[in-house]
This record gives sequence, C-alpha cells and structure tokens, in this order.
Amino acid sequence: MSLFWQVDFPALLAAGLASGLCALLGNFLVLRRESLLGDAIAHAVLPGIVGGFMLAGALAASAMLAGALAAALIAAGAIQVVRRLGRIEPGAAMGAVFTVMFAAGVFMLEQAAARNLHIDTDCVLYGQLEDILWLDAPDIWALPREVWTLAGVFAAAAAAVLLVAKEIRLAVFDPAFAAALGFRPGLIHLGLVLFVAAAAIASFEAVGSILVIAMLICPPAAARLMTDNYRTQILLSISLGIGSAFAGYGLAGFAPALLGASWSLNAAGCIAVVSGLAVAAAALFGPRRLSFASAAASLGRG
Amino acid sequence: MTADTQSASPFEANGLTVALGGRPVLWNVDVRLPARGMSAVVGPNGAGKSTLFKAALGLAPVLTGQVRLLGEPVARVRRRIAYMPQRSSVDWDFPVSARDVAAMGLYGRVGWFRRLTKRHLEAADAALERVGLADFRNRQIGRLSGGQQQRVFLARALAQEAELLLLDEPFSGIDTASEAAILDVLAGLEGEGRHIVCIHHDLRTVAAYFDHVTVLNAVAIASGPPAEALGEETLRRAYDASGLRPRALAA
Repeated sequence: MSLFWQVDFPALLAAGLASGLCALLGNFLVLRRESLLGDAIAHAVLPGIVGGFMLAGALAASAMLAGALAAALIAAGAIQVVRRLGRIEPGAAMGAVFTVMFAAGVFMLEQAAARNLHIDTDCVLYGQLEDILWLDAPDIWALPREVWTLAGVFAAAAAAVLLVAKEIRLAVFDPAFAAALGFRPGLIHLGLVLFVAAAAIASFEAVGSILVIAMLICPPAAARLMTDNYRTQILLSISLGIGSAFAGYGLAGFAPALLGASWSLNAAGCIAVVSGLAVAAAALFGPRRLSFASAAASLGRG
Repeated sequence: MTADTQSASPFEANGLTVALGGRPVLWNVDVRLPARGMSAVVGPNGAGKSTLFKAALGLAPVLTGQVRLLGEPVARVRRRIAYMPQRSSVDWDFPVSARDVAAMGLYGRVGWFRRLTKRHLEAADAALERVGLADFRNRQIGRLSGGQQQRVFLARALAQEAELLLLDEPFSGIDTASEAAILDVLAGLEGEGRHIVCIHHDLRTVAAYFDHVTVLNAVAIASGPPAEALGEETLRRAYDASGLRPRALAA
C-alpha cells in the first residue's frame, strides 16, 4: 500500500472525525450562548485524564475516559457552585474553574513525568496526528485505536442527537418552558456536558485540546452566520468541521513544500486556523453577516 | 354549575414561601383565584410575580407551603397547563421559525423520543392563524416584531389546548395591534371556559382587561375585583415600600 493510505489517510480520518464530532456538539453550546463551556470542559478534563492514567497505567484508555468524565462533571458542578455562591457572571465562573483545573492537570502531568510515566504536555495540547498510522492497510481492523474511539463516540453522539432531537431543541431554546412541560432540560444539559467531555478525551490524543476547542466553537459559529435554519446549521457546521480538517491537513502537508521551505507546519494548528478563517469569511460575506452598526450595538451590550 | 366546581380554584397557593439565592422572594403567600374570569397578578419589579408562576409549576424551589393547580398538585396536571414565560427569557436570534415555536406547544402531548407528524404541524399552523400570524409561519422568530413574537408565544400556549394558561407579561412591550389581538384571543379562551392568569405590569389597564387582581410584593397584599383590590392603601403598601410609586396613582 502507498504511503498515503498508511500515513495520510488515517490522520485525515482521525482529524475529520474529531472535527465533525466537536462541530456537532458545539452547535448546542453556541446556541445556548455558552461557547466557553466547551473550552472549560476541554481544559478541565486534563486532571481527570492524567489522574486516570496515573492510577491505571497500562489499562489507560478506560481509566482515562472515566477520569475525564468525572472531571467534566466536577467542573460543571463547580461552575454552578461558583456562579451561585460568588454571584458572578457565567463566563467568570467558567474561567475560574477551568483554569484552576487545567493548572492542577499540568501539575499532575509533571508529577507523572517525574515518576517516568509516559504522557507529555505537547501531546495533550497539539495532539499527535502524525503518529496515527495504518501500517497494515487495507486491513480495516488494523485501523489505529484513536480512529475507532473517535468513530464510536461520533456514532453515539449522532445517535443521541437524533433520538432526542426535539427535546434538545426545546431545552436549548426555552429551558423554563421545557421544564414546565415535564421535559428535563437539566438532564439534557448534563448529557451534553458528558458528550463534550467524551469528545474531548477521544479527540485529544489524536488532535490535541487546541483543536478540540476550535472545533467546538468555530464551525458552529460560522454556520450560525450562514443560515437561520436549525437543521441546516447543524449539518453545515459538521461539513465545515470536516472540510477544515481536510484543508488544514493539506495546508500543513503541502504549503512548506510548495514554498520550498524546510520547516513543517503542525497539522492540528493549521486545521484550527482554517476553521477560524471560515468564521471570518462567514462574518464578512455570509447572508447573516453583521452590519457594523449591529456589531457595534452587540459589542455595546457586552 | 355545581357547588363543587364553583369552589374549585384553578390556582391556589397556601402559605407559599420561596427563597432564591438565600433571599426570600415570596413570603407566606396565600392566593386563591376564582374559577371564572381573567385574573391578573400585579406588583412592582422584583415582587416575586414570575417566581409565583415558577414555584407553582415546580420550576423554583418551594421552602414551605403548597400550590394546587386545577385542584391538583402540578405533577398530575402538567399536560393541562400552558405556561408562557416572559418574552425576554429566550434568545430570539435562535434559528427556528414561528411554526417551529408554535409546534413546541405540542411536545408535551407527543412525548419523549417521538417525532412531530403532519397533524401536529397543522395544529401549530392553526394556532398561528388564531393569533393572526398565518402569513409569518416560516419566518425566523428574530425577524418578527416584539408584538408578533409575543403572539408566537401565545400560539405555542394555544397549541397545548390547556385548561389553565399562566402567562407572564403577555402585554409587555408590544404594539397596540398585538395587544388588541392577544386580548381578543384571551377573551375567546375565557369564553371557552379556560382559566387565564396573567402577570401584568400596567396598572392603568388592569380594571379594563381583568375580572380579578392579586397585588403582590413578596407577600400577597390584596386580592379581589380590581375596583376593590386596587385601593389607594393597597397600592401604597405594594409600591411605595419599593420606592416605585406608579405614575397611574400620581394622576
């Protein structure tokens, strides 16, 4: 098999799945006007991941997942507590909680490194897209573990979103009305938090937490500027996420060569930059683009 | 009408105390709204009017006391109650159409996991028609005027075909045409024997629009027909304590 199938294809697959998954879930955060929550969760899972890894060592995958989910729940709970007790705005509560938890995670990482456990900071932040190899291509069962994990979480998230599509839409749009009807907006929000945490842990190994945060926010934000239709927005954001992954990966692979440069570009970083450019393009040229007057007004509102 | 149904109140609170964030918002509130006619709840900002509705619906934590809606605990009658939150409580930039929002009134009947059918969408359209928005059903809700948005909310409540409607400020910040349209629909519902309770902000129109009014400011200060309940002394107690003397009284 050619190098493409062994090196580029599995990396593209992992990046595409991670980007599509994060974009799907990010829609509900953006629509709730809680985009920062994705950032918070993606950071706050770090101590859970490291803690799970330190406790379980070789049996890392499930322990890290359990640790990450627990950390996400603790973060979501702590954000509510800080918000209520501190009577501060949600953004400040999220910022306070996730920076503290992320710092704790970095501290734990150092402790883990001191004990010669192999888990490194670069991997958490930037991912290791270049290390995702399909050496036994085309044996489909030999696809790397990261790809299978991402595919599994993507399938579960898509199935959940389809199953409770109308309940999610109601809970995100009007939680008080949803609760009055007997639906459980709190439960749906909790499910969203858990899925974002699962997406973060499934993605971080392959693409790193920077890309997770970018993909939770950029594709849904760009899609939000391009349509007023709920379903179109979700499908468009997934397409934008996957498209950014392919374009960014291609950019990282070919741009230095085309320029005759000897340096290389980080693929996850390129993908995040492309998704950011998509938001800029949608804001400038999209059908729901902001006029300067309304942009100024919304800035004024804070 | 039997004596029994006459005595059944659609909205009855006994000794209701609610605290939010450690601050008491409602204090030992007793309210008993009559079975017939349109009822209003008035009071200054922060008087706990919206909290009264939320506590009644189980959306705010009740410290002591209880509320019975349609003579039952709320958990048993959820389907028979339509709640319209304040218009400002939702994000009107949300990517849904007027019809999508009206159809949300049917979600309770449809239940978990099941999808809306054509029949449900027709019911949503009928509700929009009744509030005079048939031509706007495919419009994104952010592109409607404030009065039209309020009518979309009312259409959602109509689609529920509820016996009791709890409407939080249905006349707030809207144009006179929408106000007349909403009033007309509510009068029609009242004529069908449905119970209507509105949180209302405009003391000048209470007597014209409502048959019964409850004056609230953390405690229930007065309750009765507007002519009796809205006395000088009552309003002074309700509004002066909060430093907000309404213009209606100054005139």
